[in-house]
Amino acid sequence: MTTTAEPTTPGEIGRARVRKEDARLITGRTRYTDSITPAGTLHIAVVRSTFAHARINAIDTAPAKSAPGVVGVYTAADLGVESVGLPNAWPITPDQKTPQRPLLASSAVHFAGEGVAVVVARSAAAAKDAAELVDVDYEPLDPVLDMEAALADGATLVHPDLGTNESATWVFDSGEAGSGGNVADAISAAEADPDSVVVRRRFIQQRLIPAFMEPRSVVVDPTGEQITFYSSTQVPHILRTMTSVTLGVPESKLRVIAPDVGGGFGGKIGVLPEEMLCVALAQKLGRPVKWTETRSESLLTAHHGRDQIQDITITAKMDGTVTGLDVKLLADMGAYLGLVGGGVPILGAFMFNAIYKIPAYKFTCTNVFTTKTLTDAYRGAGRPEATFAIERIMDELAVELGRDPMELRQQNWIKHEEFPFTTVCGLTYDSGNYEQATRQAMELFDYAGLRREQEERRRSGDPVQLGIGISTFTEMCGLAPSRVLGSLSYGAGGWEAASIRMLATGKVEVITGASAHGQGHETAFSQIVADQLGVPFEDVEILHGDTQISPKGLDTYGSRSLAVGGIAIVDAAQKVIAKARRLAAHMLEADEKDLEFANGTFTVRGTDKGKAIQEIAFAAFMAHDLPEGMEPSLDADAVYDPENFSFPHGTHLAAIEVDTETGRVDVRKYVCVDDVGTVINPLIVEGQVHGGLAQGIAQALFEEANYDEQGTLVNATFVDYTLPSSADLPSFDTHVVSTPATSNPLGVKGVGEAGTIASTPAIVNGVIDAIRHLGVSDVEMPCTSQRVWRAIQDARGRSTQETPVDTHSPGAGLGSIDPNNPQGEVQ
Amino acid sequence: MIPAQFDYVKPSSVDEAIQALQEAGDDAKIIAGGQSLLPVLRLRLAAPTLLVDLGGIAELRGIRDEGDRVAIGAMTSYYDIIRDESVQQHVALLGQATETVADNQVRHRGTLGGSLAHADPAGDLGAVALALDAELVIAGPSGRRTVPASEFFVDYFTTALGEGDVLTEIRFPKYTGWGSHYEKFNRTAQAWSMVAIAAAVRVEGGTIAEARVGLTNMGSTPIRATGVEQALVGQPATADAVRAAADRVTEGTAAPSDADAAADYREHLAKVLTGRAVLAAAG
Repeated sequence: MTTTAEPTTPGEIGRARVRKEDARLITGRTRYTDSITPAGTLHIAVVRSTFAHARINAIDTAPAKSAPGVVGVYTAADLGVESVGLPNAWPITPDQKTPQRPLLASSAVHFAGEGVAVVVARSAAAAKDAAELVDVDYEPLDPVLDMEAALADGATLVHPDLGTNESATWVFDSGEAGSGGNVADAISAAEADPDSVVVRRRFIQQRLIPAFMEPRSVVVDPTGEQITFYSSTQVPHILRTMTSVTLGVPESKLRVIAPDVGGGFGGKIGVLPEEMLCVALAQKLGRPVKWTETRSESLLTAHHGRDQIQDITITAKMDGTVTGLDVKLLADMGAYLGLVGGGVPILGAFMFNAIYKIPAYKFTCTNVFTTKTLTDAYRGAGRPEATFAIERIMDELAVELGRDPMELRQQNWIKHEEFPFTTVCGLTYDSGNYEQATRQAMELFDYAGLRREQEERRRSGDPVQLGIGISTFTEMCGLAPSRVLGSLSYGAGGWEAASIRMLATGKVEVITGASAHGQGHETAFSQIVADQLGVPFEDVEILHGDTQISPKGLDTYGSRSLAVGGIAIVDAAQKVIAKARRLAAHMLEADEKDLEFANGTFTVRGTDKGKAIQEIAFAAFMAHDLPEGMEPSLDADAVYDPENFSFPHGTHLAAIEVDTETGRVDVRKYVCVDDVGTVINPLIVEGQVHGGLAQGIAQALFEEANYDEQGTLVNATFVDYTLPSSADLPSFDTHVVSTPATSNPLGVKGVGEAGTIASTPAIVNGVIDAIRHLGVSDVEMPCTSQRVWRAIQDARGRSTQETPVDTHSPGAGLGSIDPNNPQGEVQ
Repeated sequence: MIPAQFDYVKPSSVDEAIQALQEAGDDAKIIAGGQSLLPVLRLRLAAPTLLVDLGGIAELRGIRDEGDRVAIGAMTSYYDIIRDESVQQHVALLGQATETVADNQVRHRGTLGGSLAHADPAGDLGAVALALDAELVIAGPSGRRTVPASEFFVDYFTTALGEGDVLTEIRFPKYTGWGSHYEKFNRTAQAWSMVAIAAAVRVEGGTIAEARVGLTNMGSTPIRATGVEQALVGQPATADAVRAAADRVTEGTAAPSDADAAADYREHLAKVLTGRAVLAAAG
């Protein structure tokens, strides 16, 4: 069951419209990048390192060059791109170590899957066949896999020329910033005070893979005056600028098109070596060049997410008042820094204090290089990590103090009447009502009833125990005020652009720089424009994702499209209305001040005289009779730079059953009440929350990118990288309440990441709550049945001797077949 | 995901298939639905030069009630097996296990013979064939022969099938009136079994008169839990008695260790799940 807030205004905003883009997406009618093959297209295959860390002694491309259908085989030297480095747009400290990430490795490889050569052929199959013939002479080096070991003296260095595996250490200290107290003082005071407690925990954020549905694909056609560059990307505009920066192609010579894109979740915000290789090869060969990755290539080489070690210390008075929070993170960057990879954990810095009033706070994050795939943005980017840590440790603190975990949260959170509230990080939360969302969630969940059932099961020793998991989260989204990004040394602004074209026939074209990859922008933005201009929903067309149509934008990530891009559209619409008002006054022979605009019509106050906006658009097009000095156009552009982030929040509750005999975890019930501000389209909101929950629950229970001791990713297929399906998840009970944001005219906040951020700690808190009475206080994610069972055994003092795991052991399906020795396995 | 180049033939009779296989020798591979083989080809974990598709041989498809047994053509799809009345009535365990295989799309394409011949010990149907004393009919260059399931599975991905052999039919004795249950434990609903237990029992007046128990993914082949079967016979169908018998389930197993489950955990699971499977079978 799902309920949503009643729309506050009549009209389009708040209507549960079915998404207009779905017909073409779900019938397969649309064309994704891989469906685009200009005449004469050549196909590439990348030869990839099988080692995590090795010197390259020699690359023999001769046998591949003579294979059927091959046009050329190139190393970095052959292409003359040895000195080209992929961009890092977010140096988080002035002294950040930023190793140059090459398009193809030349002298050494730094993660398994890194490209070393590229084959160009007449078909994708011929390219793939020939790629197997490229003979690379590797001299294996020790892999660097463990972050703490990587930072120790004498560690093997991923990049010896940097002299360290530490990329940067970034610190926020509320004492120094003047936004709060000194946390070291708070901890020593608590340690010395018998009426205080200090709780320390280490949490592990496992490595995850974004696992978007459409694999990445690139087509570069150099045959026109501009180079046409199709890519399955979230960031066509950033890609255009970065291609110029990286390869020196003038930006004006590049047309980047992101056609319909099948998901991204942050995984498609990068600038890829394959993208740059396709541009370089297309220029060199004068023919269109295409690259489409395989699923395993995607899992192995597309950037990963999370991967942090979190050491958290919280202090509180015995009465429950939190007095300080100290956060020390190690964040695994992988082998190089991605486009914004170093900044992802820093986005979390402002969210560890979450919805709570914490008087003293310090955040220290060290970014570490390892010989693994790069990490970068993944749905939530920094904020899920923060939310997990604070929500987990609030539960631990509640246990320490003998308090109900919800009651402890209520005691410490920002009260509704305290908004706007400036946090210990210096962010101003404009609005929120934690009491309302929590009250509704607890009622719908039957919190009291489930607590009683939990007691009963504990008393009777039921083999299936019940746990209740809580997450009262907030997030910062609507990335981002440009001045804030500037203060964080981010390499771009955070504005968004929009244009509205009023066509002669009264139809409306809206251009947005926030290009969707599955979110439903076309529907939601059409609803906004229909309301603003008073035109039918069907008359609004949303154009995006092609720099020739939408020349200006900063793209889609960080729940920014509505809260930033949507407001740019509102601003453009207001400019259109202002122009139309002048022309309407002229046509109606009235004073502008006497005109009212409602439902798409200007009327002279107190009369029945009026002109519809379509008539005015036509008059502007004809331009036969315009006011003196007016240009013949109602069109308008707007660029909106937000004044603040927006802060959605919500209360998520999970009832978790744990089979103590097998360790199996079942999510029996999941209730969430999210406050995402004004809802433009409740169906889209519900879809975003459902998908987000699935992804967040997947981190808690199912997903982990596993590397073996050689640094090989061992679950690079969907057989072994266990994504849950609907069969593994409960029917979600999602609800929305609305406290409109005060920082933008629509009152919107953003919903793209909420479910993912909130759900992970709710699930893990529930798992632990189910078995805490057995002596378990932590289970690492994902909480697999084996881990839960072992935790119970350990707590019961029956330490289990885990037999050594052979990650390539046959007998467990496809992924069990050793890719380095496949022949023996399949007869 | 592009496989290496291969030739493809789709014979219309078993004899033609055998001939094609013989001519190609070592490098030929049978495709019998492709649910396991195609991913292996696309990942280039195998690169046969010839694929012999059995999908065009009508005689290999279908289910026949032959009096004291049910005979299933090797190319019969999972979907058809699940829906077949004689399977439901006489070999219910097979239908129950087949229903747990992967997803609906796979169950429409995958075949019983393909699964057994692939002989992945994590596959669900080997344990069923073994527990129920199925017979496998093999046609080869030197004629037809029948191999009991107990002799069919040799090792990981290795069976009694030799070069040029085609598995044509699987014959199940009837277990009419028996109770049965397939207890599967996996990471996600569509994943391979970490461990699964195939159990069928005949209960007479509250006492277990006969029992059949097969194990999935507890060794390099499907395994018959004869120790458990012996311990169950003559016992009351009660939780305590069944669990005590289930403790013998690890006899003769060699549970693999992988990222999902180490051997000790698999052994523990096998005991718990055997108890559950037998109790569910006994109703």
